[in-house]
Amino acid sequence: MSIDSTDRVLIEALQGGLPLVPAPYAEVADRLGLTEAVVTDRLAAMKSTGVIRRIAAAPNHFQLGMTANGMTVWDVGDDRIAELGAQIGALPFVTHCYERPRALPDWPFNLFAMVHGETREEVEAKRAQIRDLLGEARRGDDILYSTRILKKTGLRLRKRG
Amino acid sequence: MIRPDKTDRALLNLLQEDLPLTHRPFAALAARLELTEPALLDRVTWLRDEGYITRFGPFFDAAAMGGAFCLCAMAVPAADFDAVLTKVNARPEVAHNYERAHRLNMWFVLATETPEGIAQTADAIERETGLKVLRFPKLQEFYIGFRVAA
Repeated sequence: MSIDSTDRVLIEALQGGLPLVPAPYAEVADRLGLTEAVVTDRLAAMKSTGVIRRIAAAPNHFQLGMTANGMTVWDVGDDRIAELGAQIGALPFVTHCYERPRALPDWPFNLFAMVHGETREEVEAKRAQIRDLLGEARRGDDILYSTRILKKTGLRLRKRG
Repeated sequence: MIRPDKTDRALLNLLQEDLPLTHRPFAALAARLELTEPALLDRVTWLRDEGYITRFGPFFDAAAMGGAFCLCAMAVPAADFDAVLTKVNARPEVAHNYERAHRLNMWFVLATETPEGIAQTADAIERETGLKVLRFPKLQEFYIGFRVAA
């Protein structure tokens, strides 16, 4: 799927966020010289193709008191990752769960699951649940706590022309 | 009154759902929280201005646009951290960047408009910093949807 020039203009207008006004799509349409219907039709089309996942808030978990943010990483056999990844991804406290390639010898882990909590003890308790679930399939693991947000802007298109 | 209060927290949870594409989308949320539309918008603006939400708007998927995302990591010596950070963050392709307590202490996500953009950007960062950029593209996603129960 590719985006056309109108989509692009719309993405550029919205990548910083939606205006927080009663009729945000009409406001964006005004700014861009489009009609509200064109804006909402385009957004609906981009949702259906997956270009837009949802229109929502990006919460700052540090500011919300979720100061312990752990990226748990696991080494499990490639033959079992689909089954185990699905089970871990279904845990209610796991916010993101991915299979990613190992980078040997630096990095032996292929399953990544994000876990957040108010304290590291809380995160460690959740990590222990994942460890239990993996059982003998776990060949190794680690946890990387985030200590600082260095940047959080989301996607930015490069200016064209 | 201590903010964010119970209403702010309920609002924050609602704001993590998909906002409808209607003429007055916030009015529906306001009704669910028994707030007026202006009161709700004031609260959303406050949550954003105070940094409880970093952004409110569409979440774009670079891969669905024909581009790509990739998680990357670097082991940055402490003495060089700020200088490397400035170089990495200066690139618009760097969508998020976190410091983590590990030998690999800088973890960032590249979002590019073309699949080749990932390697081009990561290679450019390697040349500019002299440090290896480990690349962890997602092979499979088991769950999507960041939700913080506030």
